[in-house]
Amino acid sequence: MPYQLIGVAVFLPLLGFIINGLLGSRIKSERLIGLIGSGTVGISFAIACAIFFAMLGAPVEQRSHTVEYVRWISTGTLNVSFAYQLDQLSVLMMLIVTGVGFLIHVYSIGYMHGDPGFWRFFAYLNLFIFAMLNLVMADNFLLLFLGWEGVGLCSYLLIGFWYDRKFEKGTTGDAAKKAFIVNRIGDFGFLIGMFLIFEMFGTLNFNDVFAQASTLSVGNTTIMWMTLALFLGATGKSAQIPLFVWLPDAMAGPTPVSALIHAATMVTAGVYMVARCSVLFALAPVTMTVIAGIGVATALLAASIGLVQNDIKKVLAYSTVSQLGYMFLGLGVGAFAAGLFHVMTHAFFKALLFLGSGSVIHAMHEEQDIQNMGGLKKYMPITYWTFFVGMLAIAGIFPLSGFFSKDEILWKTFSSGQVLLWGMGLVGAALTAFYMARLTTLTFDGTERFDHHHLHPHESPATMTVPLVVLAVLSVIGGFVGVPHSLGGSNAIEQWLEPVFARAHSKLLHAPHGEGAVEYVLMVLSVGVGITGIWLARRWYLSKPEIPKMLATRFGPLYNLLRDKYKVDELYDAVIVTPIHKTSEAFLWKIFDVKIVDGVVNGVPKLIALFSSLARKVQTGIAQSYVFVFVLGVVVILGILIMK
Amino acid sequence: MNVDLSSYLGLSAMLFSIGVVGVLVRRNVIVLFMCIELMLNSVNLTLAAFSSFLGDQTGQVLVFFVMAVAAAEAAVGLAIVVSFFRNKQTVNIDEINILKW
Amino acid sequence: MSIELLLFYLFGSIAVGTGLAMIVQRNPMISALLLIGNFFCIAGLYLLLQQQFLAVIQIVVYTGAIMVLVIFVIMLLNLGDEQRMAERINLWQSIGIALVAGFLAEMAYIVMFRGRNDVHAAMYPDAGTLGTTEAIGNALFTKFLLPFEVTSLLLLVAIVGAVILAKRRVQ
Repeated sequence: MPYQLIGVAVFLPLLGFIINGLLGSRIKSERLIGLIGSGTVGISFAIACAIFFAMLGAPVEQRSHTVEYVRWISTGTLNVSFAYQLDQLSVLMMLIVTGVGFLIHVYSIGYMHGDPGFWRFFAYLNLFIFAMLNLVMADNFLLLFLGWEGVGLCSYLLIGFWYDRKFEKGTTGDAAKKAFIVNRIGDFGFLIGMFLIFEMFGTLNFNDVFAQASTLSVGNTTIMWMTLALFLGATGKSAQIPLFVWLPDAMAGPTPVSALIHAATMVTAGVYMVARCSVLFALAPVTMTVIAGIGVATALLAASIGLVQNDIKKVLAYSTVSQLGYMFLGLGVGAFAAGLFHVMTHAFFKALLFLGSGSVIHAMHEEQDIQNMGGLKKYMPITYWTFFVGMLAIAGIFPLSGFFSKDEILWKTFSSGQVLLWGMGLVGAALTAFYMARLTTLTFDGTERFDHHHLHPHESPATMTVPLVVLAVLSVIGGFVGVPHSLGGSNAIEQWLEPVFARAHSKLLHAPHGEGAVEYVLMVLSVGVGITGIWLARRWYLSKPEIPKMLATRFGPLYNLLRDKYKVDELYDAVIVTPIHKTSEAFLWKIFDVKIVDGVVNGVPKLIALFSSLARKVQTGIAQSYVFVFVLGVVVILGILIMK
Repeated sequence: MNVDLSSYLGLSAMLFSIGVVGVLVRRNVIVLFMCIELMLNSVNLTLAAFSSFLGDQTGQVLVFFVMAVAAAEAAVGLAIVVSFFRNKQTVNIDEINILKW
Repeated sequence: MSIELLLFYLFGSIAVGTGLAMIVQRNPMISALLLIGNFFCIAGLYLLLQQQFLAVIQIVVYTGAIMVLVIFVIMLLNLGDEQRMAERINLWQSIGIALVAGFLAEMAYIVMFRGRNDVHAAMYPDAGTLGTTEAIGNALFTKFLLPFEVTSLLLLVAIVGAVILAKRRVQ
């Protein structure tokens, strides 16, 4: 039975980490290191496929398995094991993680060629896959949290991979620290949520918690706080308002890292967690509204910032934040399957876009500013066409994968009655199409704005282009697992995930429903909006570049606000970071540590010294004084004995 | 009135206190030793008196051991005094106060 | 007035007298001789207690060995006289003397009023058999064998110590 092999699949990347980490610096062959690194993930992917097909062949009631390996904590009422839950949701996530992960590992062999930290890179990547697999396969909150923290650690290690490089106003290390610290704030929320769960349900095991939860009724305030706390954790990990500020800075890391961690996998951990706890969220309508609201607000905010960015990776970063907002919008209106569908398709086309940008950056010798690019399509055809496909997918053009998933979310939003949110989502889709087309056009089309004598861009090697092609194919056909009923499909992915969300759906107050005709109208609207955005961008940036420049000067203050990302970083710095810094320095350090703590620590010896200096005077060195004391003692003791 | 235990004990107490006073007031280290021997002797007398009046031999044996130890102590003590005198040329106890704080 | 009582008072008073004289006397040589006299009296008191062995040992060991050693050292160091006592007694010593007087008073109280009546009466009838050399020797080699051997070790250590401490450093 392939289910038992799950342990191999999860721990094989850890083995890869250990081998590459301990011996990597001695292995001189990059091919071998790359082989070990990619091979472990590839085998994990094969096992995941085997498990998936075994599940497909089994009847629906028998699809869920739990494989327990070792008891981790067993004290009192808390029982937590290294146990992995194989159900439809976790296997889907595992396929995404190992599949896309494998492609990115292969890509990295070409991308990181010649880097002195080659072995370190693959070691960290393998460690990341291990942590991520623990996260998605865990059968209890604590093991999930282990993976949660693990991916945060790997994100830190990989963002700061080139640790001696400058990045914007600081170093890559500063960007890594920012990511870690902001994540920590989210983790605080996650922990509070976990504590509340344990307090209320007495266990951390998913099955037990959700079974108990499904007996409760909607409107419980503890569950509301619990889910809000959990969602805070999700905003940290998945870069939503208010904790999204780390993701643009995370672009300091190598491009495969951005593709794997900050596009396809780690940032979807928050989405996965909310989906996994769907029944808890369904019991708290307030939280669901909050999630949907924050999701769509983030989507709009990030899309607007992405309009005016000039760094190729920054645009993609804000695009990721924006698309994550869509996923949360789907979750927030009760369309859990739709949200996860978008996770899958987003993994395909966003990884594709990032890897493509990596290919461009390599060819342009580390140049990342799109204002210095242009006309690259004749030098890098494969990169160009795959990038173009990715752009179409993210803009939601029929029949690519992005269309099906994004449209599903927007339809479910509309049909659950949230017309305002649907409207904002539609505007966001328009912006998405526009800025992605802008990016593509400015990078690949038009006139060449780079120095032809110094730069000779050429196509990347096969290890880099093959994954691009594979991801492009997936971006095209990946949507066909979710063709909705209105278009004649069976929405296979929603059916596949239905057993996981059954409990949640039974609690939802207004479950999404709808009539067919409206759905067609909305579909046409979203495709139309996408096509408009692309056409407008191509027209402006290819043939009429003076229009965007004129708009930028006319709406100068707005343009600056967008370009400076609404000054959110500066706001946080002024309101939170600097006060804490000043308080720590002026009070905690100078007063508390120096005066009080050191005072006590130094004061105790001083006190002892004081007493000793008094006590030593007894030692006079004259024998007769000692005799005197003896006599005195004898007299006193005799007196006491007589008194008795 | 005949001689009984309390007489011996009283005598021994008197000798002991004379010894203590001697230790307190004398300056010469060797005379100090002699006063200490006087104190030891008074204790010996107490032990012997108890032994005779209680009929237990342990007291006398103890006296025997005390004498042996006193001899050893006197020998070593006087050796120390001699060696000290060679360094400091004095046996005045007020000046033998090196072991102070 | 039995002869016993008379001898006790005689020996006792001479012992106390020589003791007092010893602590007052300024010349160390004369102090040593006075102490020897004291020891003789104590030997006499041992005889009154029917402890022959102890009496002889007292004279042989204490006066014959220890005091001889002390006199040798006094002569070796060639010491002079001390100051007059009245000139050098300070406050602490006076307090000490007062404390000793207090100690004596406490002892007198204990002896007179806290004793057990049956013990006070008379000497053990067979005390004489206990005090012979044979009896003490018996006890030493049977009941008190271990302390006996340990004491011999102690004396060995004392010999070695005394020799080394008093050695003149070879320059």
